[in-house]
Amino acid sequence: MKLPEPKHPFWQRLSALPFLQGRNGVIALPYLWLLLFFLVPFIIVLKISFAETEIAIPPYTDLMTVEDGHVQIDLNFNNYGYLFSDDLYLKSYLSSIRIALVSTFICLLVGYPMALAISRAKPSTRNVLLLLVILPSWTSFLIRIYAWIGILKPNGYINNALMGMGLIDEPIIMLHTDFAVYVGIVYAYLPFMILPLYANMMKLDHSLVEASADLGASPIRTLFSVIVPLTKAGILAGCMLVFIPAVGEFVIPELLGGPETLMIGKILWQEFFNNRDWPVASAVAIIMLMILILPIMWFDRVQNKQQEA
Amino acid sequence: MTLKHISTGPSEVLVELEALSKSFDGHVAVRGVNLQFYQGEIFALLGGSGCGKSTLLRMLAGFEKPSGGRILLNGQDIAHIPPYKRPFNMMFQSYALFPHMTVEQNIAYGLKQDKLSKTEIDKTVTEMLKLVHMEAYRTRKPSQLSGGQRQRVALARSLAKHPKLLLLDEPMGALDKKLRGEMQLELVDIIKQVGVTCVMVTHDQEEAMTMADRIGVMNAGEILQIGSPHDIYEYPNCRYVADFIGEVNLFEGRILEEEPAYVIIEVPNLERPIYIDHGISGPGGTRPVGVAVRPEKMRMSAEQPDEQYNWGKGIIDDLAYLGQHSIYHVKMSDGKFVQITQTNDKRRETPFELEQEIFLSWNPDACVVLEK
Repeated sequence: MKLPEPKHPFWQRLSALPFLQGRNGVIALPYLWLLLFFLVPFIIVLKISFAETEIAIPPYTDLMTVEDGHVQIDLNFNNYGYLFSDDLYLKSYLSSIRIALVSTFICLLVGYPMALAISRAKPSTRNVLLLLVILPSWTSFLIRIYAWIGILKPNGYINNALMGMGLIDEPIIMLHTDFAVYVGIVYAYLPFMILPLYANMMKLDHSLVEASADLGASPIRTLFSVIVPLTKAGILAGCMLVFIPAVGEFVIPELLGGPETLMIGKILWQEFFNNRDWPVASAVAIIMLMILILPIMWFDRVQNKQQEA
Repeated sequence: MTLKHISTGPSEVLVELEALSKSFDGHVAVRGVNLQFYQGEIFALLGGSGCGKSTLLRMLAGFEKPSGGRILLNGQDIAHIPPYKRPFNMMFQSYALFPHMTVEQNIAYGLKQDKLSKTEIDKTVTEMLKLVHMEAYRTRKPSQLSGGQRQRVALARSLAKHPKLLLLDEPMGALDKKLRGEMQLELVDIIKQVGVTCVMVTHDQEEAMTMADRIGVMNAGEILQIGSPHDIYEYPNCRYVADFIGEVNLFEGRILEEEPAYVIIEVPNLERPIYIDHGISGPGGTRPVGVAVRPEKMRMSAEQPDEQYNWGKGIIDDLAYLGQHSIYHVKMSDGKFVQITQTNDKRRETPFELEQEIFLSWNPDACVVLEK
């Protein structure tokens, strides 16, 4: 792409920059987008995390102060120190990661066979099945999570049905437990697992599956030695799409989880809205981002390696 | 290297198809095929696209369940045994090499399923790589190989388990024209060296004739004729086979005289009746038949032949000089076209010119009578 012929000297100089020529101009667009909507907000949050709380609007101190004609920058690391001094935060991080990991794994276990079945269905059935996967997300996320309260609560549908059949005498406590959180996360994020897997499986050459059977591999062997290795990219993409938002999930643990359900999204909310401690809330967010960036970087490396092979 | 491997003596039947049929949602792909594959032969299923040859092969491999009929291996019905339990291996048209495995792992894949020891697997893999001359590529990935090399690996993989029956699906389909000729002969050499019975599917009659001991010509789900390449070409049993294999000139006529030793057929608008120096089987009586004469079995002359039979008059409508031989399109008196090929064995000017009136003739043994 060539940028249009510029008039103003500023644009002239800008388009003369070597990194905005041809291909680079095209590539610059997504970078510009990321710069505006990711990097700038990130720097603002990072800045707040080094500030101190103050009863003001906004409720934190400025990092830069001008005193006697020279600029002074105060970096306050106490917020980070505070996160490590109180083990509530560490526990919340670990608990969030655990819940997200287990949910991702369950999503994979449930979603993989579903994606495989959809990709193998007749084209006419396939579209209906795909629609059924996507359809629930046309309703508000909040309403769907509320619906689970009605299903899981002590006098909800499940308990009423089980008691009606005489299988149990007392309702099973499911709502406001970690179990309900798992149910909610798996339910809400399953489409994000199924869709990348499905897209990957559709690209799989079916003759490879036939070749495996032809060479004597049972369907189970074929699944693990041919289909799974060749859909690794889809598995990784699906896991990332579930794991990353699940770590920071707030609505599901808030509505379905109990008081003992520790998740970093809830802590973040409490610091921000209940304590009005913006700097600590920002520090919590920065640490969470660091935790999430590691798997993304690993994912990126694996993908690059795969492309080389 | 021997060109033709004519099987010696009567062989035993390895696989037999009995009234095998397959239909998809009411569309019949294969209808009541009866066929026998003999131990050690290369059999080619030849036909145009959609003739049911691929479906037949897929039923042999076990990828499609027959709608009716039986597949007998040494007398036992295997039609409902899944592909992974059949002692048959297939070389796919796309080769279907596992992209995440090396050449070695691809070849070892089938052996691993049999729970063989590592040393045994290694030995067989080495043997197979040697057979297809790919020893140097053992640790390469399929993406690092050329089309011809991939085919060799695919062949090695399908031979590694020493299958009772080797299935080839359009074996030359993914190769360019130049490689095809070489690979056809080499493939036959390897197959004969291993001694495996082989069923191949192809739409290319040249490929079938080069590679196969016997050919089965298929159309609309049925096998029309089975025979050696020579038989199929020289003695086609119906108009479809005559037309599908090579070029042919077809005269439609009526039987004038039918005796055990000869047949005389009258063709409207052809100057002389056709005389055939052998008897034919058939219901007898005057009936419409077709007479096929191959273009290379026809002669051209400027003077009228003095024979009583087997010639006609026409005008050269088109001619093509192809070096080795020339092709002439001759417009007959009834307006139909006849094709003649003549080898350019003498170095001279083309003796015949466009628009020239010529006579074409053929020997009594050059014709085949087609009833169907």
